[in-house]
Amino acid sequence: MPTTLAPVSVAELKDVAKRLRAHIVEMVYQAQSGHPGGSLSAVELGVSLFWNHLRCDPADPGWPDRDRFILSKGHATPFYYSLLAERGYFSTELLAKFRTLGSPLQGHPSMSAAPGIEMSSGSLGQGLSFAIGHALSGRLDRRDFRCWVMMGDGELNEGQVWEAAMAVPHFDLGDRIIAMVDRNGIQNDGFGDNIMKIHPPEMWRGFGWHVIECDGHDMAAVDQALSEAERPHEKPRVVVAYTVKGKGVSYMENNPSFHGKAPTKDQLAQALEEIAGGLK
Amino acid sequence: MTAPTAPAAATREAYPVALSELVEQGIDVVALDADLSASTMGYQFGEKYPERWHSVGIAEANMVGIGAGYAATGKTAFIASFASFLPGRCFDQIRTSVAQPKGGLNVNCVASHGGVTVGEDGASAQAIEDLALMTSLIPFDVIVPADFESARQAIIAVGKTTRPSYVRTGRPKVAAIYDRSFRFEIGRANVLRPGSDVTLIACGILVGIALDAAAQLAADGISARVIDMATIKPIDRDAVLAAARETGAIVTAEEHQTHGGLGTQVARVLAETLPTPVAFVGVDRYGTSGKWDELLGYFELTPAACQLLRKT
Repeated sequence: MPTTLAPVSVAELKDVAKRLRAHIVEMVYQAQSGHPGGSLSAVELGVSLFWNHLRCDPADPGWPDRDRFILSKGHATPFYYSLLAERGYFSTELLAKFRTLGSPLQGHPSMSAAPGIEMSSGSLGQGLSFAIGHALSGRLDRRDFRCWVMMGDGELNEGQVWEAAMAVPHFDLGDRIIAMVDRNGIQNDGFGDNIMKIHPPEMWRGFGWHVIECDGHDMAAVDQALSEAERPHEKPRVVVAYTVKGKGVSYMENNPSFHGKAPTKDQLAQALEEIAGGLK
Repeated sequence: MTAPTAPAAATREAYPVALSELVEQGIDVVALDADLSASTMGYQFGEKYPERWHSVGIAEANMVGIGAGYAATGKTAFIASFASFLPGRCFDQIRTSVAQPKGGLNVNCVASHGGVTVGEDGASAQAIEDLALMTSLIPFDVIVPADFESARQAIIAVGKTTRPSYVRTGRPKVAAIYDRSFRFEIGRANVLRPGSDVTLIACGILVGIALDAAAQLAADGISARVIDMATIKPIDRDAVLAAARETGAIVTAEEHQTHGGLGTQVARVLAETLPTPVAFVGVDRYGTSGKWDELLGYFELTPAACQLLRKT
């Protein structure tokens, strides 16, 4: 029966997170391109969600009543594909094909190219709107599923996010859509504060959302935040997770240049060592 | 074709009629508007089927995404706005969220107030780029119906495919060309008048103008064929090539720039297969206010303009 795996212990979730981080750096190294920084920052959110919250069935990815995970920050494919593979949607061996000619694992997600890919994204700001369509359809058909939408904080620069943010409470979709923001503070050209200063909690509150903040790398805190987001509330919920771009690899952490850059062979070895040992 | 007796009607008036017919035929239609439903006529569908229609406010990008999400669950989604905003305001969303996924999601864009005949609102409201944008999206069917009946059937037709589509409708009331015995098919041109000296290939409001031009040419002893090429993409290659073979000269006429619209599609077919002289009637500058019929004169979208190429 399709379901969540909950309750999975924090210790087990942390093990999965380590495997994901190793996949991420290996994939980007292998492809010699891709986006490691914003993949590493999203790991705890994704693992907690897919193991303890998302009702899904990897064997039946088109199950109409499944909860949807919609990756709006589409460049985080190393994270996304690792997550889907570790959760059982496809073999982890496929990860080696990331960004190669003809692979279902394109640089940015291509809807249904591989099992579990809900949406084509990469052009930022479109996921929340897409989720509204799913959610309205679910309501029309009296299906009881939820859409979880992951956005980056740089992505919040896009106006469409706020068109959708105002529509979710308007259409009373708070019990069908939960938003997550990976607040890692860095975007393509550098630190967000220098590019376009934003204040996500105040912005979301201003659009009528209930904001839940957490340390995005404290697995227990993330798990708790997602549980809180699932609880009924008069407003739709957004989880703003404070994260570190490149988390888990010392030379990538808080380093804007690893937004979209591959490590060298030596750097890969160091990264894998740090991920296995647990960076302090 | 029997002479139509229907009164003049705007093509946009066909939109809610067609959507309701689709629902009555069991198609799982949902429709969205972006605060222009009194103009697109989408509100009439909303009054009839409130659970299947939403206004998303003045937010075209969001409307596209919501439509795509609906389509991803198996719905037949329709989204509507002015042709200046849909696709002009949300082209990337259409490309990324609708055109690319799975070879195209079932989102049908019905854009009203196409071309310059929107009238007094002026240049910003006059869409003369929409066909160029929409024909560039690989899975899309692109259709510009000439009258109410053709529009009604075209919207029903796109609602019955799983492909995405763009149907451009117009603001002014135009004379009926077809009656209910007409059978619209996506991708199939309709020869409205036989001719052997030249062929006028038109879409939308220019179809009626081309028919007037052909009548004037006949008075000069020139036999002009008139083709309603409502489907710009995929274009009816056979009809274009037959016209080139049999009449030797082509005039295309559209309420759009001469770049990227009907004329471009026709010219490509001819250039690939049967190079033939072509003259392009269209718009080559931004507009001004004026009554819709005055604007047709201002932009030289006239029967006289359609006669600019004559076989010698």
